[in-house]
Amino acid sequence: MYSSEVTQASNFVQGVDRAFLIIMGISFLFLIGLTVVMLVFVYKYNKKRNPKPTQIEGSVKLELLWTIVPFVLTLLMFYLGWAEWKPMSKPPKDAMEVTVYGRMWNFSFEYENGRRTDTLYLPKDKPVKLNLVAMDVLHSLYIPAFRVKQDMVPGKKDNFMWFEPQKEGEYELFCAEYCGLQHSYMYTFVKVLEDSTFTNWLTDTTMVASAADVESPTATGRRIMQSIGCFACHSIDGSKLVGPSFKGIWGEEQTVVTGGEKRQITVDEEYIRRSIYDPNADVADGFNKGLMLSYEGQLSDDDINNIIEYLKTLK
Amino acid sequence: MHTSHAENEANYLKYKGKYKGLLGWILSTDHKRIGLLYLYSIATMFSVGALLGLAMKFELLAPGKTIMDAQTYNATFTVHGVIMIFMIVIPGLPAVFGNFLLPIMLGAKDVAFPKLNLLSWWLYVAGVFLVLSALLFGPGTPDTGWTFYAPYSFKTGTNLLPAVFGAFVLGFSSILTGLNFLVTIHRLRCPGLKWTKLPLFVWTIYGTAWIQLLATPVVGITLVLIALERIFGVGVFDPALGGDPILYQHLFWIYSHPAVYIMILPAMGAISEIIPTFSQKHIFGYKAIIASTMAIAFVGWLVWGHHMYTAGMSGTAQYYFSLLTFIVAIPSAIKVFNWISTLYKGSINVQTPFYWAISFIFVFMIGGLSGLVLGSLATNIYVHDTAFVVAHFHYIVFGGTGFSFFAAMHYWFPKIFGRMYDKAWANIGWLVFFIGFLALYSPMFYLGMMGMPRRYYDYLEEFHGGNILSTFGSWIMVTGLIIIITNLVRSARRGPKAEMNPWHGKTLEWTVTSPPPLENFDEIPVIAEDDGPYNYK
Repeated sequence: MYSSEVTQASNFVQGVDRAFLIIMGISFLFLIGLTVVMLVFVYKYNKKRNPKPTQIEGSVKLELLWTIVPFVLTLLMFYLGWAEWKPMSKPPKDAMEVTVYGRMWNFSFEYENGRRTDTLYLPKDKPVKLNLVAMDVLHSLYIPAFRVKQDMVPGKKDNFMWFEPQKEGEYELFCAEYCGLQHSYMYTFVKVLEDSTFTNWLTDTTMVASAADVESPTATGRRIMQSIGCFACHSIDGSKLVGPSFKGIWGEEQTVVTGGEKRQITVDEEYIRRSIYDPNADVADGFNKGLMLSYEGQLSDDDINNIIEYLKTLK
Repeated sequence: MHTSHAENEANYLKYKGKYKGLLGWILSTDHKRIGLLYLYSIATMFSVGALLGLAMKFELLAPGKTIMDAQTYNATFTVHGVIMIFMIVIPGLPAVFGNFLLPIMLGAKDVAFPKLNLLSWWLYVAGVFLVLSALLFGPGTPDTGWTFYAPYSFKTGTNLLPAVFGAFVLGFSSILTGLNFLVTIHRLRCPGLKWTKLPLFVWTIYGTAWIQLLATPVVGITLVLIALERIFGVGVFDPALGGDPILYQHLFWIYSHPAVYIMILPAMGAISEIIPTFSQKHIFGYKAIIASTMAIAFVGWLVWGHHMYTAGMSGTAQYYFSLLTFIVAIPSAIKVFNWISTLYKGSINVQTPFYWAISFIFVFMIGGLSGLVLGSLATNIYVHDTAFVVAHFHYIVFGGTGFSFFAAMHYWFPKIFGRMYDKAWANIGWLVFFIGFLALYSPMFYLGMMGMPRRYYDYLEEFHGGNILSTFGSWIMVTGLIIIITNLVRSARRGPKAEMNPWHGKTLEWTVTSPPPLENFDEIPVIAEDDGPYNYK
């Protein structure tokens, strides 16, 4: 359905697609059958061909027939949908766990060893349980190729989904619940790797370093900002998004609104630190309060120092 | 029956009472004038809603920015939804045709509470202006979607409260209309008009009125809670304040799902009038259709959770809502079977209202059958919140209600305005509209199955093809709409005079002059034992 290539991309594909095909099949049968009967009647009993109508008020037998047959069919369809859905709510105990953070407007993934990414890397043929954490509003994690979707509800305990990727490849992962301005840009990819490649990737710290080139503070800062999604709202090229652009921001004089009053500040280390830990204290003039959440507890002092080094380079 | 009305008494269009001109309309308590007030207000809002829809489709013609930015797009689909749902399809057929026809079909001179009826229209207008004020004033057009899901609706900086308050006032308009119709049907049936002789349109208005009366207060309460939370910070829905966003979804859908039946039941009622008239044949399974109407009105209450399969309800709730959702499909199927059987051995006069009626059955079947995919748990998880859902509910809500509205419009037009429209243009308009409709919404089923989420301002390249076709469809459909509306507007003033009963219908409205006299009947009619709304010879 989605594409023949990715059939069996997860353990749920076959069951869901079978239910889909059976329901669609029955539906098409009824749609085509009834439409044809209707058109035949319209033609055959046109007043030119049938000037005198025959009055028929109804038939109990027919009413029973077309109540019972759809009843049985709908029960069948209900059962199919239920039977294929049931396992989705029961993750195996040995499933690998990944915590997914959803915020306006990006996903980030945290593995059991503390590694964080903005792309979901997964091993093939191993069940995985995603623990879903919504930081601000509702989001919904949707991987069409795997036939899975689960809303991410802020404050909800036991918010999870599970599946078992069964084919190597790269798949789209969308946010399916409307979450504001950049909703349609809140997507990323799932990369399914061979188990051994995945294990290497997960544990090999040198790969992290090489991926980030020479791990200078600037590059580290950029990598951190990428993985926590700063650029969804702040551009680096001067264009205005939801938040002010980072271009040329270091050392600038800026007007901010503090407690309803405007004042001038200089963008320095202290201001940046405050903007990350307490984003609604000084809001850049012309932007809305309440959109950004505090990153306290998620970013260390070192992380912020690296971010500042990177911001300095954005002249 | 009596053909001399026109000479004895001015018809309702020409009648001059205490007030003249516009005041004579907006202060009139005549159910027919109120019906037309609704028609004009709804038609105006529909044009606005349709233009917004057209703009959305244009934006989706290509990936990236086409004509508007993301904020504008999000506001556009929000306002499109709010207008189309709260201002058009919910009042829709009951407010326009229910008001105009219900008293006449019952053999009554007016509804039970004519002043309350006028108040309902005024509340409707007030609600519309409140919502529109949200667009024009304040910090920005609402961008939450018509569902106002928490907690986003508490975080957005846009002007949500006037929109919410407007929807609240619109709700009261709906409640009062429902109450009025219920009392009218119970108390004002003419002598001999037993419950088993009521036209099916009246029966569907009856089922709808109960839903309006009982379900609408729930959304009223919900909207009040939103206001309390936004103004005073009372934590009901916002998790940051200790509230529960899923509670909001429950409350919202407890109303908004039955609201779907507020829209579709009268639509089914109109079709149940048109099919027998143009077949010149007794409706097949009169009592089965009544039973299915009341079954929908009742079971329709208990299925709201099927909007929330991915929200994180308990497994038992999922199971229960899915089962009942399948059960509620059956009465709709029964209606389709009965309509088609009515055609059997009829003597079918294929006219514009009949084209609309059979195309209604076709699009309604597609809408209903695609609903089975969404009612089933496993497949819902896959296509929920994608373009598939958008296609499904446009087939039901717009295909169902819209096609039936146009069927009803072309059926009762000669009665309402006393003039006939140009039939050739009306048929052309129908055909163009029908083709456009299929081209606009069908690709969305495919896009949803490909995995394209709904409410997407921008999309990946793989979704481009389906979106192009859909946008083309929107242009064709709007062309059809222009033909239809131009023809009707022109004919209402200049069309040839219509006969009293041009389609040879059997219900009471066809026994009074076209347009009907001010008080409908000189003498209250009496229904004989062997008379009935579908007793064709």
